[in-house]
Amino acid sequence: MKIVVCVKYVPDAQGDRRFSDTDHTVDRAGTDGILSELDEYAVEEALKLAEANPDTTVTVLTVGPEKATEALRKALQMGATDAVHVVDDALHGSDALATSLVLAKAIERLDHDLVLAGMASTDGGMSVVPAMLAERLGIPQVTFAGALTLDGSVVRIERDGDTSTEVVEATLPALVSVTDQINDPRYPSFKGIMAAKKKSVHTWSLADLGVEPGQVGLAAAWSAVDGVTARPPRQAGQIVADDGDGGRKLVDFLAGAKLV
Amino acid sequence: MSQILVLVDHVEGSVRKTTAELLTIARRLGEPAAVFVGRGWDAAAPVLGEFGAARAYVVPAEDADDYLVVPKVEALQAAVQAAGAAGDVAAVLIPSSTDGKEVAGRLAVRLGSGIITDAVDVRPADGGIETTQAAFAGGYTVAAHVSRGIPVITVKPNSAAPEPAPTQPDVQALDVTFSAAAKAARVVERKPKAKTGRPDLSEAAVVVSGGRGTGGDFGPVEAFADALGAAVGASRAAVDAGWYPHSNQVGQTGKQVSPQLYVAAGISGAIQHRAGMQTSKMIVAVNKDPEAPIFELADFGVVGDLFTVLPQATEEVVKRKG
Repeated sequence: MKIVVCVKYVPDAQGDRRFSDTDHTVDRAGTDGILSELDEYAVEEALKLAEANPDTTVTVLTVGPEKATEALRKALQMGATDAVHVVDDALHGSDALATSLVLAKAIERLDHDLVLAGMASTDGGMSVVPAMLAERLGIPQVTFAGALTLDGSVVRIERDGDTSTEVVEATLPALVSVTDQINDPRYPSFKGIMAAKKKSVHTWSLADLGVEPGQVGLAAAWSAVDGVTARPPRQAGQIVADDGDGGRKLVDFLAGAKLV
Repeated sequence: MSQILVLVDHVEGSVRKTTAELLTIARRLGEPAAVFVGRGWDAAAPVLGEFGAARAYVVPAEDADDYLVVPKVEALQAAVQAAGAAGDVAAVLIPSSTDGKEVAGRLAVRLGSGIITDAVDVRPADGGIETTQAAFAGGYTVAAHVSRGIPVITVKPNSAAPEPAPTQPDVQALDVTFSAAAKAARVVERKPKAKTGRPDLSEAAVVVSGGRGTGGDFGPVEAFADALGAAVGASRAAVDAGWYPHSNQVGQTGKQVSPQLYVAAGISGAIQHRAGMQTSKMIVAVNKDPEAPIFELADFGVVGDLFTVLPQATEEVVKRKG
């Protein structure tokens, strides 16, 4: 079985995340980036499937700037087989539509029985790329999985919706996105870190995928940011110790703010 | 006037609050046209009319909910076509739920349109439509617009106060046969969640959340929530421990909420959680640990045991309401 896992290199939420002053794009170069936390669950699920199904390979794929290889490296250290990095200056400022287009072209170049993704990136948090990928690849989308089983060529998931829980199934090839409920991602072992040094990272450009530069990037985006304003950080307000009346003081405060 | 299509968010015809919010927003932008997919039109119709739906495109397909997402996409495509025959379509508004965003994403690809997700405000501007979003856990406010095609915009709950504007919708039934692609992901089982009688977490004006400090006993949290008419949220630690369902999780990997009041009880306030509630209008925290990061965000905080503070607060609220 051939599994492709789409991952994203994102600014670390613990660090200082910001936008460029010049073009309002996310500043990916100036801050430390990491493998998006939600993608770790997708990588882990792929590795578990590989362990349960002999002759399975796990290829990690990302579209991102030079430093995005760090995200791929983490996945390789966890145990992925190999990686593909689509990198091209023309991609700067791409919207979700362009990103999904490029990812789809890359996936089409790879054998794939199962495409895995996280439920959202931790920077944009749009949750649209997996669905767009399924649309572009013409394969079923089976998304927001909290549990997954593979029975021959049928993938079956459980998802926790707002008003109900659902069991959804589809026949491979399919696209599955997973939530942080599905597993506990492993930490790379020392052996995994050493083995990753020998694993292949293939670098592809837009030309390799047959995508014109004019189809992607900031100028080609179908939405535009008109302005970005930093909001002042919240200040701590009034903190009291509970001297036996903490609950009452809390309600006094709410009443004062007309919330009760 | 241009039509603004609004995808109706409903369960068997029971229309959710987000739809009333979206119809209210749609009235600012043009002529609201509700798009109803699935069963229960008769129950939904009066609510849609009450909130100003001038038109309604109805796709009564019995099997729409048997498959994931794509039937709604195809229904919306049919509605866009039908609406286009009647006039101009200036936008498609969809609620920012998990399904909603995926419907929006696929629709944007099919229409060749730009997409903006999680808008907290949508206004007319410069002959077009301007959206407002919060980025990076509320650290930034972003103004944006779609520059190509019919804007597809998903809107967060609580982005507008629903305003009644009673009217009789002009109803058009659409006959849509779903494609093979629409039927590729089959919902083989659906278990409705037990109604708690509490508001939905993403829609609620007040949220009371519990974390590791509850030790698994959400009793005081739930009682306080009920006194305030609030929804109950849970930190990731609480959900991971199995104390509360994932659909109640507030945080970077759960729901991002922005209610009028957010009460965090027994929650330390790690970045993962803050990302889910940082933009709440008012934040109140109860925690035994005076160093808990949540106090940096709180407008009011009590350093104490939630098992004494919350019950006392609950009693006080009940007393005042009585």
